[in-house]
Amino acid sequence: MTEIATATKVEEKLFQNRYLVDAGKPHIRVREHEVPSASLLAMTRLCPAGCYAVTETGQVEVAADGCLECGTCRILTRKTGEVEWNYPRGGFGVLYKFG
Amino acid sequence: MAEMEDAFDAIVVGAGPSGNAAAYTLAKEGLSVLQIERGEYAGSKNVQGAILYSDALEKIIPEFREEAPLERHVIEQRMWSMDDTSHTGMHYRSGDFNEEKPNRYTILRAQFDKWFSAKVKEAGALVLCETTVTELVKDLTGRVIGVRTDRQGNPIFAPVVILAEGVNGLVGQRSGLRPEIAPESVALAVKEMHFLPRETIEARFNLKGNEGVVIEAMGTITRGMTGTGFLYTNEESISVGIGCIVSDFAQGEVTPAELLEAFKAHPSIAPLLEGSEVKEYAAHLIPEGGYKAIPQLTGDGWIVVGDAGQFVNAVHREGSNLAMTTGRIAAETVVALHRKGEAMDGYTLKEYERRLEATFVMKDLKKYKGIPGLLDANKATFFGTYPRLFSQAMQTWFRVDGVDKKTKEKAILKSFRDSRSLRGLLGDAWRVARAWR
Repeated sequence: MTEIATATKVEEKLFQNRYLVDAGKPHIRVREHEVPSASLLAMTRLCPAGCYAVTETGQVEVAADGCLECGTCRILTRKTGEVEWNYPRGGFGVLYKFG
Repeated sequence: MAEMEDAFDAIVVGAGPSGNAAAYTLAKEGLSVLQIERGEYAGSKNVQGAILYSDALEKIIPEFREEAPLERHVIEQRMWSMDDTSHTGMHYRSGDFNEEKPNRYTILRAQFDKWFSAKVKEAGALVLCETTVTELVKDLTGRVIGVRTDRQGNPIFAPVVILAEGVNGLVGQRSGLRPEIAPESVALAVKEMHFLPRETIEARFNLKGNEGVVIEAMGTITRGMTGTGFLYTNEESISVGIGCIVSDFAQGEVTPAELLEAFKAHPSIAPLLEGSEVKEYAAHLIPEGGYKAIPQLTGDGWIVVGDAGQFVNAVHREGSNLAMTTGRIAAETVVALHRKGEAMDGYTLKEYERRLEATFVMKDLKKYKGIPGLLDANKATFFGTYPRLFSQAMQTWFRVDGVDKKTKEKAILKSFRDSRSLRGLLGDAWRVARAWR
């Protein structure tokens, strides 16, 4: 399975979901870094919503709009402290219809 | 100080099964309760397979069957051991499960939690949604005296805060009440909702009316990682998902979505889902560390219930019943102390833990305390080697190809000995027996 095929698939999956995005107030931030740790890098594969990606200069960035709020990135990077993770403001974020 | 007066007898953080069980029990006993939930409505952030275990809810709302949104009552359990093209396993189906008060139901958590939350309000609790608790307020001695939220205004005070904040449990962790959960102690599960006409589901699973089937699967579907797949029949949909331990996922090469796609495409699963319309994709963490991962549960002014306390029996795929039971018992403990006019401190609240010890919650978690470690140390064997061996053995046994049965028996025994050696087989049996007892 190619990476591109997977990325498209995750996006299609997220399209089914309902979100209330808190524009301009992302609830997850990646702290500034030069070289990402193995854990942070792993999130580019492990995030079930595909929110993490590597930039051209080799850093890891996050776009949390499609976040499913599972917390995997928070737990995996707890030792490196590279991810600043909060719940979205009350009422915002993913809105499960079925759960 | 006037503003530090307790506004409520208790504050409950979170409106999942444990928080709702706690808030309902407190309110029904006449305590003034504030329950705070970050979702738009109770259930909007909550994800589960989901199976509801009647016993735990009956002890809280005995007549729940008359009004709760239930999908199907479970009459059949399929436990599958899978390799890449086959499954074998154990099934149990019984007409006895078509009883007046069924034992297990499939549910949709967003709808079920909304109903449970309505019951909490009916019982008299104040439920504040769309509000995230940001921190616990402590006094100079370190005692928890209230919460601060992301809404403007002063902190809200109460003699006790029940933390039903789920697996991520940011509030308790940030306040230093318990350590961060370890990647080795938690599974990441992804799940999809597949919609089909109810007649199609009933025909595919041999069901009548509201009867339902549960499939729990393990094997090469998790590619050597510790984890399981599942498929549950709802009224007009099928919940299908797969989950693995986070630290295993981190070391592997597959994405959660790829793993789910491969599971859905398996020849044993694909025909069950054919033609369905997917309406939701969800992800959630499941605490799987068991007894040894249970954090400190009580302290001055606080109690932990549900997933935040790691109350999941991973072996039996039970969690919501442990959540409801811990929530109820925490609330009963608080009610008893409240009536006696006693302080809610680390000493008096220990009564919650003593009561839990006497229930299935602690007994089951204790019984299986060795299982998470056993699986982690032997994941390639239990999730790869054995499922393959079982499948090969079945295929050898059932394929009629002119080879005599004695030769087939020998071939099967040899395949097990070659893969695990006699000593290995005996060792595995011993280790499983010891962890199981």
